[in-house]
Amino acid sequence: MTGNIIHHQPSYLEYQGRYKGLLGWILSTDHKRIALLYLYSQLAFFFAGMIMGVFMRLELIAPGRQIMDPATYNALFTMHGLTMIFLFIIPGLAASFGNFFLPILIGAKDVAFPKLNLFSWYLFVGGALIVLIGMFTGDGPPDTGWTFYAPYSLRTNTNVVVTVFGAFVLGFSSVLTGLNFIVTIHRMRAPGMGFFRMPLFIWAMYGTAWIQLLATPVVGITFIMVIADRLLGIGFFDPAKGGDPILYQHLFWIYSHPAVYIMILPAMGAITEIITTFSNRVVFGYKAIAMSSLAIAFVGYLVWGHHMFTSGMSETARWVFSLLTFLVAIPSAIKVFNWSATLYKGSINLQPPFWWAMAFIFVFMIGGLTGLVLGSVATDVHVHDTMFVVAHFHYIVFGGAGLAFFAALHYWYPKMFGKMYNKRVSNIGLLVVFIGFNTLYFPMFILGIMGMPRRYYDYLPEFTFLNQISTVGSWILVTGMIIVVTNLLRAKKMAPEFIDNPWGGRTLEWKIQSPPPLENFEEIPVIDHGPYDLVKD
Amino acid sequence: MEQNTTTHTAHENYDPISSKLGMWLFIFTELLLFGALFIVYSVYRYRNPVAFHLAHHELSITIGFINTVILLISSATVAMSITAMQKGDKKATLIFLAITLLLATIFLINKYFEWGAKIHHGIYPGSEFLLSLSHGDILFFGLYFFMTGLHAIHIIVGMVLLTIVFFRVRNGRINPDRYSFLENGGLYWHLVDLIWIFLFPLFYLIH
Repeated sequence: MTGNIIHHQPSYLEYQGRYKGLLGWILSTDHKRIALLYLYSQLAFFFAGMIMGVFMRLELIAPGRQIMDPATYNALFTMHGLTMIFLFIIPGLAASFGNFFLPILIGAKDVAFPKLNLFSWYLFVGGALIVLIGMFTGDGPPDTGWTFYAPYSLRTNTNVVVTVFGAFVLGFSSVLTGLNFIVTIHRMRAPGMGFFRMPLFIWAMYGTAWIQLLATPVVGITFIMVIADRLLGIGFFDPAKGGDPILYQHLFWIYSHPAVYIMILPAMGAITEIITTFSNRVVFGYKAIAMSSLAIAFVGYLVWGHHMFTSGMSETARWVFSLLTFLVAIPSAIKVFNWSATLYKGSINLQPPFWWAMAFIFVFMIGGLTGLVLGSVATDVHVHDTMFVVAHFHYIVFGGAGLAFFAALHYWYPKMFGKMYNKRVSNIGLLVVFIGFNTLYFPMFILGIMGMPRRYYDYLPEFTFLNQISTVGSWILVTGMIIVVTNLLRAKKMAPEFIDNPWGGRTLEWKIQSPPPLENFEEIPVIDHGPYDLVKD
Repeated sequence: MEQNTTTHTAHENYDPISSKLGMWLFIFTELLLFGALFIVYSVYRYRNPVAFHLAHHELSITIGFINTVILLISSATVAMSITAMQKGDKKATLIFLAITLLLATIFLINKYFEWGAKIHHGIYPGSEFLLSLSHGDILFFGLYFFMTGLHAIHIIVGMVLLTIVFFRVRNGRINPDRYSFLENGGLYWHLVDLIWIFLFPLFYLIH
């Protein structure tokens, strides 16, 4: 299959437009170059956030003061959350891999609005800069936690206004990306590609884009209201002026719970692609997976109250939100069962991306099942605001979306750069990451059940042992991450290979050269079969 | 769906349906932006019905009504400019756009005097006088200034957009073959109008 493709077009990496060098990147409207801009910025933020996490764990290695004072610790967990959530995982797979592969997978030359796409990246970087300015100027970084709960966010002397404004700008970037993707999917599919011939990654992206579009404006205006409260003293959320802090929590979670699905849906989409490719089978239950993406996006809107079981809600609201939360488990389980069914009797090809996908499923299952403990009111009130929540959240968001990010990176790396990394080193790196991850976060479940609260600088002596294990885990995890990323960076320096389809993939990106040419397709393909059908070329 | 998929917009191509679809989605996000504020409004009004009722007497229904009429007419003129463009009448398009911009300016001038009078009486967010009133009053005027202020910002953004449209029509970059930018500017203007249609009864006419 590989030999059939003739390499005669310059790839998007080599192509010389109007500008050379760095300008050729930051002024390019090519979706592939923009995707790499996102990818590099996100990875930089990921490592920054990871370093903050390591320092937090170091502080928690023993009770009492270790390396920082309590105020610094508060600022650190706030900035860790802001960096990881707003700068790494909310843009997540959608901004990087979505940008790169969404047009290619539907057989288009670019997204619908290429200039708007570049503008979104500028907003992203601008928002990130504003958040950074908020960290290092004024009265120091915010210490409210990434949730900016009122009324504390209205009272603290730290630099909340600038940081919240940065988050608002980042939200704008997210909305415009979502808008761009929805229009692209509706208007630019190749001839013959009906909605039910789209690869499942596209279905996941479609659900994600709608959430970005519909949920983000709510948190955007909520952030502006916090700014107005602080600067103008309006009092929307200030009880002293008649405002209601609980209303802030509602408005915040109306966005921030669906945001979890902005993180996880593209991840699930990428995992679906990987499992199908490496099982050499047509995906099991195509329509069920496609619809489950939309179901998750839809039901995900209606569950925000489960963050507030202990904040003060009526008994009715609590059981309704609990019920709706349990409903999300259905489409999520549909996906996991369909992945397993796809593997069954498949001709499984044990390559690094596949191992990453398996690691994803393992930790995602733990994360999902512990989510039921938090979704049920009766158990949630006992573990609410304990380390149990921290563990669950990291199993879902880092273990789920984060590992899927790296799975996608390993899956599409040969396509993006036309080079192959060292598979052995990659597998070793994954093993170290996997061990480190579980050593770091699993003890937190037990700590939470024992009653250790989250976000606390200090703890009782009986929690020491598990905290020490967890801190050691953070070192292992960082080591693994360094191995994985170094391996990928080293591969970039190697000579290009002709690997147009190293995994035997069947979707459209594997039918063009690696790295793809500027306009992806010389001729727009005509689609006459499903995305995963095994057909001879 | 199938027939839609044949259209391809690469860099050089032009697909008016895509740009209009994009604009509608953007308008949807704007509605949600204000939607969150409407929720906040309803929650606080439910909790402070008497204060909200009394506070609204401070607002001048006359100025509010005049501004409503101004915005409705401006929405009509922007729609007429699009029709004029479709008929290939460049001069009429420019005139209707100019009238729209003029009406928008009058709206803002009215707003300036309306706000100015409130501020003169010591009613503005964080003022000592306002803070001495009840919680309901603080919230009513907080919401009033925040929501009408946000709406005024949208008016200004809309005016900037329509000014760009005006100059592009004049130099022919927007023409009867390619006028989706004009249409999108018009759509945005209708949105600004629509939001005012909700703000007017919520603040001026409630009983």
